Amino acid sequence: MEHYISLFVRAVFIENMALAFFLGMCTFIAISKKVETAIGLGIAVIVVQAITVPANNLIYTYLLKDGALAWAGLPEVDLSFLGLLSYIGVIAAIVQILEMTLDKYVPSLYNALGVFLPLITVNCAIMGGTLFMVERDYNLGESVVYGMGSGFSWALAIALLAGIREKLKYSDVPDGLQGLGITFITIGLMSLGFMSFSGVQL
Amino acid sequence: MSQPTVKEVLFNPIFNNNPIGLQILGICSALAVTSNLNTALVMSVALTLVTGFSNLFISMIRSQIPNSIRMIVQMVIIASLVILVDQVLKAYAFSLSKQLSVFVGLIITNCIVMGRAEAFAMQNPPLLSFFDGIGNGLGYSAMLIALGIIRELTGAGKLMGYTILPTVNDGGWYLPNGMMLLPPSAFFLIGLFIWGIRSWKKEQIEKPSFKMAPQVSSKEAY
Repeated sequence: MEHYISLFVRAVFIENMALAFFLGMCTFIAISKKVETAIGLGIAVIVVQAITVPANNLIYTYLLKDGALAWAGLPEVDLSFLGLLSYIGVIAAIVQILEMTLDKYVPSLYNALGVFLPLITVNCAIMGGTLFMVERDYNLGESVVYGMGSGFSWALAIALLAGIREKLKYSDVPDGLQGLGITFITIGLMSLGFMSFSGVQL
Repeated sequence: MSQPTVKEVLFNPIFNNNPIGLQILGICSALAVTSNLNTALVMSVALTLVTGFSNLFISMIRSQIPNSIRMIVQMVIIASLVILVDQVLKAYAFSLSKQLSVFVGLIITNCIVMGRAEAFAMQNPPLLSFFDGIGNGLGYSAMLIALGIIRELTGAGKLMGYTILPTVNDGGWYLPNGMMLLPPSAFFLIGLFIWGIRSWKKEQIEKPSFKMAPQVSSKEAY
């Protein structure tokens, strides 16, 4: 149990998806002008991440890994080069299924998330989570925890940034830095703050 | 709308319409791979090629793709190209591909590729789209290489592993600024780059959402 908790904490604070690995930056910057939308998107990312990372883990272990097809009588087949293609397919499919399920059973949440759900397909944080999972050889339990942790880290970061930007729009910024420029510098300062976690040993 | 010329689509994205500075596309990888020039160069070449060819192929079959499944078709084309790049890197430059780790795979979800396919290649003939892809790749590369040079030079005193500024530790005079190798410096540098480009090209400045009231002296206020 302790192992899982420390994995979660490490995924949220030390290896923060947005502020330490810069994944999902495009949406991170584009959709952080309002706190409510940022939190809605954050929740959607947590859900998708918590489903896709374990799903891709299963696919990798039982279909793609070197020797994984032994159960089908093909122990010498190595399909790992098909990884990228199948992960993105799985992500797109899961986002689509999630969208349809929410539309049918939880329409209020579906309306709140709106256009952000399909956008999550091309969010690099999701793909990045899967690729890190493969690179670090997590097992199924670890990948569930890692998926939730990394999704939560991204949601936390976007909510914080949206809070800062809501205040920032009242400040007097030099012309050339207006908008995008000052946002980058703000994220830089936030990421500097999150670096203080990097010395923590778990 | 008149057809843009090859020269326009090739050189506009570098300064006038930079994918990172103005279109907010493909920022993720721009930050993570620029702590030294080597990885920045490899990443730029890989992305330029993928964008160019994905634009070419998507534009070739653009009239055959049904509108409802175009995203999936684009994804499959892009993912296949990225797998190609990944396998070539693993075969011929294994240590580099280890350093780039997941970021080669993340070219798939890099918004530049997808964004240009959607915005340009779906409407324009193949050759022009190819050059548009290459042009946007070059705009991205320009930013990446500039960042890579600044970060490696000031952070480690080296360029591509060769010593340019001898550091204090090796008996030289230059005291390296370790912060430049850390992630946050990339954000500051991009912010400053954007400031630079926008002070030169005034038309890119964004409108402030709230205008400051002019300063008044205490006498006028009462």
